[in-house]
Amino acid sequence: MSRSLRTPLGRVRGLGSAKDGTEHWWRQRLTAVANLPLVIWFTVSVIALVDADHATVVAWIRDPVVSILLVLMLANLFYHLRLGVQVVIEDYVHAEGLKVAGMVALTFATVLVAAASIFAVLRISFGG
Amino acid sequence: MAQVNRPLSPHLQVYRWQLHMFLSIMHRMTGSALAVGTLLIAWGLIAVASGPEAYGVFRDFLSSIPGRLILFGFTVALMQHLCSGVRHLLMDTGALFELKANRRSGVIVLVCSVSLTVLVWAAGYYTAGAF
Repeated sequence: MSRSLRTPLGRVRGLGSAKDGTEHWWRQRLTAVANLPLVIWFTVSVIALVDADHATVVAWIRDPVVSILLVLMLANLFYHLRLGVQVVIEDYVHAEGLKVAGMVALTFATVLVAAASIFAVLRISFGG
Repeated sequence: MAQVNRPLSPHLQVYRWQLHMFLSIMHRMTGSALAVGTLLIAWGLIAVASGPEAYGVFRDFLSSIPGRLILFGFTVALMQHLCSGVRHLLMDTGALFELKANRRSGVIVLVCSVSLTVLVWAAGYYTAGAF
């Protein structure tokens, strides 16, 4: 056994001093991989809708497959965005108070815009 | 302890600019830009949900010159972040760390992001019946 000050339990948990381990890194990669097909699908769809009127766009979103993919893409996109901007704040904002305020503002803003976007999709899908 | 204004890492001012540095910075910049740009997607969806009138306002904005410029910037950022992101995922597996492979993959990222941007806009104009 190597000489280490870490307890066996700490080593097994592998969470480090921030008690977060590789969770943030892993989720960023996971959402990145999920984003690839979703964003490519969305881009191709938007290209096809460039000239579409309101009724056409509504009909497109109301397709159940489209609704589900849109909600998944939005949830994944906003999660990925939240993780990414967090790292930018951590790297460049060094004043502790400002950093915490930035994180809180980032989380609130992301959840707000994500909720509004997903609600918009659901409203179109379920709307009469 | 006396405060000395030593340069902070990364020492951008003492290194010659190279492709991998440029791509790394670009990945972060395009990511941050896309974070703001997502508001455009949110606006679009909310506009569609609100009805034809709000959707018309959204469309008119995107058709205007500033709107098109923003949308073009959005496309460039998205394609750069997407291609560069794939490179980062590959690098996460331990690949592409040899100088030659790293540089070559960087050039591929640049070529792909520019080509995809052109492709997306050409396809968009084609759908709109421009040619």
